[in-house]
Amino acid sequence: MNELIGRSLVSITDYSKEEIIHILDLAEEFEKNHRQRILDSYVVSSLFFEPSTRTRLSFESAVQYLGGSIIGFASADTSSVKKGESLKDTILTVSNYSDLIIMRNPMDGSARYASEVSPVPIINAGDGANQHPTQCLLDLYSIRKTQGSLDNIHIAMIGDLKYGRTVHSLVQALSLFGATFHFVSPESLKMPSSVKTWIKKAGLEYHQYTDIMDIMPIADILYMTRIQGERFPDPLEYEKVKNSYILENNMLSGSKDNMRVLHPLPRVNEITEDVDDNPKAYYFQQAKNGVYVRQALIAAILGLK
Amino acid sequence: MDNKRKELKVTAIRNGTVIDHIPSDKSFQVINLLNLETYSNQIYFGTGLDSKKFGKKGIIKISEKYFADEEINKIALVAPSATLIEITDYEVTKKEKVHLPESVYKIVKCFNPKCVTNIQDIPTRFKVITDHKGEMKLSCHYCEKTMSKENIEFL
Repeated sequence: MNELIGRSLVSITDYSKEEIIHILDLAEEFEKNHRQRILDSYVVSSLFFEPSTRTRLSFESAVQYLGGSIIGFASADTSSVKKGESLKDTILTVSNYSDLIIMRNPMDGSARYASEVSPVPIINAGDGANQHPTQCLLDLYSIRKTQGSLDNIHIAMIGDLKYGRTVHSLVQALSLFGATFHFVSPESLKMPSSVKTWIKKAGLEYHQYTDIMDIMPIADILYMTRIQGERFPDPLEYEKVKNSYILENNMLSGSKDNMRVLHPLPRVNEITEDVDDNPKAYYFQQAKNGVYVRQALIAAILGLK
Repeated sequence: MDNKRKELKVTAIRNGTVIDHIPSDKSFQVINLLNLETYSNQIYFGTGLDSKKFGKKGIIKISEKYFADEEINKIALVAPSATLIEITDYEVTKKEKVHLPESVYKIVKCFNPKCVTNIQDIPTRFKVITDHKGEMKLSCHYCEKTMSKENIEFL
């Protein structure tokens, strides 16, 4: 797909429905054969201004399975940022040394800015609380793989829906495919109205709940997120709700056969370990899918597929 | 007689621009927004003037100066009711309400303290949008946060 060549990916809304499907189709190809030396003699920069385990390692593994080289840093402490270098200068310098830049940065909007100053494409690996589009693509890939299609699914999103950036992007992307949304959260962490407006504009439905068991017989996908205590203005309120959004194995008994549990990880205690052995648990496979999706994205942007 | 006296409260200009129907409490903000303090032209200004439509209003008359659309439309962010009048040889040659621009560049600060424009030296950029209630909002081009009118702070 020529439209993707040389283009940065900052936010999932930068891609059309067709472009998303193209990346997922390519990822399927890489899942069948992820060792392809198409990046031979290519150099990819991985600039992680803040730590990340999954995202950084899966990007680096994606590049290396394709035979490419990786340069970069895993924390701002080991870069010139510590000396006070501006983001613009770092990007302009690093773009001299590589064909593509993968960047995670704690400043909201840093990825859009980097994409505007950089002569090489940028893949946003998370810009603060704003966007994390490759997480969204791997979520979509996991949903399509487990459900056979992205069309008209019932997705339940559970936990911190107010601040969780992954759920916001996922709503935007799934709106292209006609999903029905079921939001389960404590009152103070409900889905923001801007996201609900997005759903309404797409002509789709959403329902809100506070009890996780209400969505058990309906959902095709259970998308769990972590509730962080520091999000609550009142610690007492956190104590009241913290255990209400923990998924245990016995709670899954009334769920649909095709239902799968997803989680962007890391989890803390919101899914108990006894769920891991249930065939409906899909979160570790989901993280694995991240490698194929990132391979697909890199190959498409560099025009190698 | 009364009418005549009212008209004379702010002197007429021969050539230039009149900005009328500014809400009284926004008059000084409009002056700042247009950087009028840097102009050497004659500027006449009145606020707290009686208005049938608005109760109290402000008016600014700038001699020998015409504004580009994007420059003047900035004031729609604070005074959407304002009217723009162009005068040539004491005659009105153009009269229209200001309209909201599609985007604003380098004049508003992003309200999100974690936005890259508040941490590094980067000019701000916003898309002007209308929410489902019809209210004007600014959406940051960088951090994608949307801010309502109350949060607008000019640079």
